[in-house]
Amino acid sequence: MGRYVIRRLLQMIPVFFGATLLIFLMVNVMGDPIAGLCGDRACDPATAAQLRKEFGLDKPVWQQYLTYMGNVFTGDFGTAFNGQPVTELMGQAFPVTIRLTIVAIFFEIVIGITLGVVTGLRRGRPVDTGVLLMTLVVLSVPTFVTGLIVQLLLGVKWGWISPAVSSDAPIDELIVPGLVLASVSLAYVTRLTRTSIAENKRADYVRTATAKGLPRRRVITRHLLRNSLIPVVTFIGADIGALMGGAIVTERIFNIHGVGYQLYQGIVRQSTQTVVGFVTVLVLVFLLANLIVDLLYAVLDPRIRYA
Amino acid sequence: MRGATHAKWAALATAVALAATACGGGDDGGGGGGGGADGIVSSSWTDPQNPLEPANTNEVQGGKVLDMIFRGLKRYNAKTGAAEDMLAEKIVTTDSINFTVTVKTGWTFSNGEKVTAKSFVDAWNYGANLKNNQKNAPFFGYIEGYDQVHPESGQPKAQTMSGLKVVDDQNFTVKLTQKFSTWPDTLGYSAFSPLPQSFFDDHAGWLAKPVGNGPYTIQSYAKGSQMELTRWNDYPGTDKAQNGGITLKVYTDNNTAYTDLTAGNLDLVDDVPASQLKNVSADVGDRYINEPAGIIQTLSFPFYDPAWNKPGQEKLRQGLSMAIDRQQITETIFQKTRTPAVDWTSPVLGEDGGFKDICGEFCKYDAAEAKKLVAEGGGIPGGTMKISYNADTGSHKEWVDAVCNSINKALGNTKACVGNPIGTFADFRNQITESKMPGPFRAGWQMDYPLIQNFLQPLYYTGASSNDGKYSDPDFDKLVNQANAETDTAKAVELFQQAEGVLRDDMGAIPLWYQNGSAAYSDRVENVALNPFSVPVYNEIKVK
Repeated sequence: MGRYVIRRLLQMIPVFFGATLLIFLMVNVMGDPIAGLCGDRACDPATAAQLRKEFGLDKPVWQQYLTYMGNVFTGDFGTAFNGQPVTELMGQAFPVTIRLTIVAIFFEIVIGITLGVVTGLRRGRPVDTGVLLMTLVVLSVPTFVTGLIVQLLLGVKWGWISPAVSSDAPIDELIVPGLVLASVSLAYVTRLTRTSIAENKRADYVRTATAKGLPRRRVITRHLLRNSLIPVVTFIGADIGALMGGAIVTERIFNIHGVGYQLYQGIVRQSTQTVVGFVTVLVLVFLLANLIVDLLYAVLDPRIRYA
Repeated sequence: MRGATHAKWAALATAVALAATACGGGDDGGGGGGGGADGIVSSSWTDPQNPLEPANTNEVQGGKVLDMIFRGLKRYNAKTGAAEDMLAEKIVTTDSINFTVTVKTGWTFSNGEKVTAKSFVDAWNYGANLKNNQKNAPFFGYIEGYDQVHPESGQPKAQTMSGLKVVDDQNFTVKLTQKFSTWPDTLGYSAFSPLPQSFFDDHAGWLAKPVGNGPYTIQSYAKGSQMELTRWNDYPGTDKAQNGGITLKVYTDNNTAYTDLTAGNLDLVDDVPASQLKNVSADVGDRYINEPAGIIQTLSFPFYDPAWNKPGQEKLRQGLSMAIDRQQITETIFQKTRTPAVDWTSPVLGEDGGFKDICGEFCKYDAAEAKKLVAEGGGIPGGTMKISYNADTGSHKEWVDAVCNSINKALGNTKACVGNPIGTFADFRNQITESKMPGPFRAGWQMDYPLIQNFLQPLYYTGASSNDGKYSDPDFDKLVNQANAETDTAKAVELFQQAEGVLRDDMGAIPLWYQNGSAAYSDRVENVALNPFSVPVYNEIKVK
């Protein structure tokens, strides 16, 4: 197991460098960011040159990348155009988005798996058809539509929630946005669990467990669910990264000052340092989440062993 | 290992539940504060793009704050836009080159420090110096010695401008490099604000919590989320704040800010999103403001491209101008938040300031005449013209497509005009500064100060800083120079209007429409107005 983890960690290094380099190049082909800093007028050439020098934009891209990566290893993610260090922006944005992601994952696990188990055990019954239909609706409506409708109904018409999350973004204000963010993944988790449960219901070990006279509850939770969770865990693990990066839409609608918002600002203002910094951290989150998922396999199914 | 997974999920669930209860009840929605004279007004905001310094702030969001915490030598009347003395006792000149500025006594910064002639001279020298990277540095470009502190390349050769001299505590002299009779009227721009000594002593500390001399002081500033400004009770000016303070809340999207306003959690939105313009009357009734601001939108031409700079092509440009149905586009696409343009300035200048229908028939839709003129002008170069715009912000696609449709319809040629989206604003600006535009492109100008000079000289004078199309006409330049040297304001305005006539005959840029400021406010507040820069007049807002 230890050797496996080390091998996986070593594999992360090229992925990490490749991903950050790609982002770096992508942001750079968008053109000279200084040109957009002065609004609808031309920047004074001398000031523009001075700024370019300060942000290191006057050097060739490969050199910028090397300097940047060198700084990253000392914990220096550079400075955004508004003069704030990127690490400060991260310190503000990540806790908020992590809270939002936890809320979303919590809903995915609790509601998604419960609905999946219920429908998987009752295939073809009205409950199953009903939930399937509901998930189909959720899957087919884009998040921004769901978000705006929920905001309008709960926030403006009925006044149950505040339509905009305050800048501290406490958990209770994040429940509704978290549910909106989770909605699509939640539907996937339900469907995945349902299929997996339905498939394994007829497996030999379930029949054996039932034949041994184990209580139904124990058969379901210990034998059936445990084996059925492998694809679900894979999905949820990959979803952690996706949720953090993909929160742009939800964060914009509900006024959440998290990672998605900072990334959006960074892209619009073409602040290389902000975009690359945030994406670098997201890449790390993604890689770690994947590693944890792989390690969880062994916990769920002891037959899976890592040399 | 058996119970491990369960324990993990259970721990996670407990953590979430605990966090939820611990953080509950933190509701700071609502306008906050009491009512009456001490009531706090909450207003929508967007994070300023640049660090908050007077000479480094060139966009509306940062400008809002500077307008609350600073007062300069002059201030523009919120209704008429006229430049009126604020901290200036008097500004005298005999030759329109040498000015003597007298600063009023009794003014202090909110930290108690006196505002003196030195506060201005130091601030201006700081703003002009290249090594401070101030984006508004060119505003000091008329002062003698600017080229020493801000050379076009290399390091500054001097630390201060030779044209600025402190005479005593209340007086300083300014020497310009050219005649500029209306120069004192430019001093209301926030780049010319005075700065306290603490700005120079502890720059980082000042940036974290700026200190000025205006009617408000900054109570707290959480970058990226919120700024709380409170009324400064010892403010020496006559324009004291009529409310207890202003809370600027950063919104991720102006749609969300608008939704928050309709839900009663916000008092003022000064940028009603385009998608909500249809609902705004139903939502807030007469608490909606929609009036012209000092912003004009035009189509510029790439005069650096030989295909667009042939003799006789002024007829082509005039024809294109006549092929655009401004009335219809401003009504259908912009829901009347734009006013069709009749000149190259803005209605906020007023008739005395130089606003006048100079474009005449060339800005009126006339398909038959348009077609005739375009043909006489040699037709569209290459048969198809591309109108470039940035696609990332500002919903420019809708109106560019509408302009092209209008041109195509008038010319009876479906291929005459197409839109040319450019991914980001930065790339758009980049292609403009590198003179790479493949055809006409969208241009916008927000005035720095309400002077006809500001709408013409920076944009169309040969080699001027924002002359993106590289338009050049010796007659235009000559008239602008004459106007700047003219000490009689009325005569100066007339000369500028003559210069505008030259611009019309050449059709150096097609004026499209004036942009309106639009704002909506809650029934908690009253006496809300926008100034000519489309910024709310915060200090006059009253809480019921």
